[in-house]
Amino acid sequence: METANNNLTMEFTITAGDFSTAGKAASEVKRILGQIGFPPAIIRRVAVATYEAEMNIVIHSFGGKITLFITPRKINILCEDNGPGIADIDLAMQEGFSTAPDKIRELGFGAGMGLPNIKRCSDEFKIYSEVGKGTKLEISIKLVE
Amino acid sequence: MGYFHSVTLDREKCKGCTNCIKYCPTEAIRVRDGKAVIIDERCIDCGECIRRCPHQAKKAVTDSLDLLSNYQVKVAIPAPSLYGQFKSSISINQILNSLLSLGFDYIYEVAEAAELVTEIIKDKMAKGELKKPAISSACPAVVRLIQVKFPELLENIIQVESPMEIAARIVKDKLRKDLQVDSGKIGVFFISPCAAKVTSVKNPLGVKKSYVDGVISISTIYARLITNLIARDKCSKLEKASGTGIGWAISGGEALALKLDNYLAVDGSENVIKVLEELEMGKLPDVEFFEGQACVCGCVGGPLTIENSYVAKKRIRYLVEKSKGEYSFNINNVNWADINLKAQWTEKLTPREVMKLDNDRVKALAKINQMEEIFKNLPGLDCGSCGAPSCRALAEDIVRGLGNEFDCIFKLRERLRILAESMLELSNKVPPSIGRREDKS
Repeated sequence: METANNNLTMEFTITAGDFSTAGKAASEVKRILGQIGFPPAIIRRVAVATYEAEMNIVIHSFGGKITLFITPRKINILCEDNGPGIADIDLAMQEGFSTAPDKIRELGFGAGMGLPNIKRCSDEFKIYSEVGKGTKLEISIKLVE
Repeated sequence: MGYFHSVTLDREKCKGCTNCIKYCPTEAIRVRDGKAVIIDERCIDCGECIRRCPHQAKKAVTDSLDLLSNYQVKVAIPAPSLYGQFKSSISINQILNSLLSLGFDYIYEVAEAAELVTEIIKDKMAKGELKKPAISSACPAVVRLIQVKFPELLENIIQVESPMEIAARIVKDKLRKDLQVDSGKIGVFFISPCAAKVTSVKNPLGVKKSYVDGVISISTIYARLITNLIARDKCSKLEKASGTGIGWAISGGEALALKLDNYLAVDGSENVIKVLEELEMGKLPDVEFFEGQACVCGCVGGPLTIENSYVAKKRIRYLVEKSKGEYSFNINNVNWADINLKAQWTEKLTPREVMKLDNDRVKALAKINQMEEIFKNLPGLDCGSCGAPSCRALAEDIVRGLGNEFDCIFKLRERLRILAESMLELSNKVPPSIGRREDKS
């Protein structure tokens, strides 16, 4: 069992439509994981997953929250948003599929790689969504030594 | 093993101000006992502190011309940025002749080696041997920055020796054969705009041992170069390199020489860090080639240069444009097998994990929690009075056992106020004997 001292919880509130602060959570997480001494490859996976999740919340939702639970051998990322929810999860998981409006695509976002990319970075990946309520991601990245 | 650093402190001159600590890209400086202290493991020798110090207390250790007397044959290999240090009315040939007159027997332009490196990289790119985005290894400070902060990008660094090193290898090899002298008797001296290059010679990146025997800073010989200039018609022809190689002295010059479209050239440590962060996250999938230079404008902005970096860049850019991407040699006349051998890295770059708080992750996690707790209680002004660059850095120093909460003058003042208040409170407490007497009166 782990005591409160050897795990760490980091929580970030993500504002819908706020591109200027998107990416903050990912770089903060990257810094902290580096200080803990995780291997670079793990840090990168966590940072990419966090970044993509941040972008998803900024682009598609009405705002949300990302919480990371960090233990010496495992990092769980919980992403919850209030948003329109995803009607067809299988479709959303396909590479290249995106419901992002043209304006966002012109900025170079909304290429339909976000969710597949998160999944690729994860050891465990669960997605729950309810139309009209929001989406929840449960991501787990483990350290194999 | 001790790690040699070119960037060092002149203790006499250091006033203990906090200018340098704020700008160090790896937070490698603290002020202790009124003097700046460089944390060796973190320093990447970028020279930013040399530029920032208002008291000229930060300096780069370089070699003196006196070292030439240790060698029978003396060779200067000038960095292309040297050419940007003079007015355009002074020809490159005049500069090189003046350099020769300082006591050298031969000159080999690093710019010429840069042309060779250009061709080697072009070839590797064409063969698809490079991991994209390919990252230039030309700036040693950026390579070390990647070791410290972006270890996931180490594999993207192009494993080809720098033009300086290749120049040294070529010229030493050639003179050894031509003159029939032992290579130990040939002294090759790099004329440098850069502190990080000095470190590269003593602690090479990618190879076991450097062929450069000494590094002389442009700034220390500049005055003599000016005085020794001779008229154009009296100069012997030493100039050979084309603008293609000379262009490596400015930001984007390497990419221009490679004739690439999808490249990103970034100068200034702070900017380089921002872009590397994006590259590491895979946010810039279109970029084929990344050229980062720690100094603004590229090597012409090096801490050991004299001329304003933008002015120097203008001159170099003109030379690049004039060359139209041509080489100074015929590609077919080069012994590529030999050059490729000289250019190959033999050592693997490893990450320098200097940021981690503890070798044991469980302990590191405990320290992080402790650090966050400390950080929350600091004023968040990042004033630097404690000697650390930011409140976060102080919190980190405290958990590393290198500082304490009362290094913060605000925390100290708060504590003093509490003490003063309790003293006042205590002083108002009247002993019962006296109190009673007062009651009676």
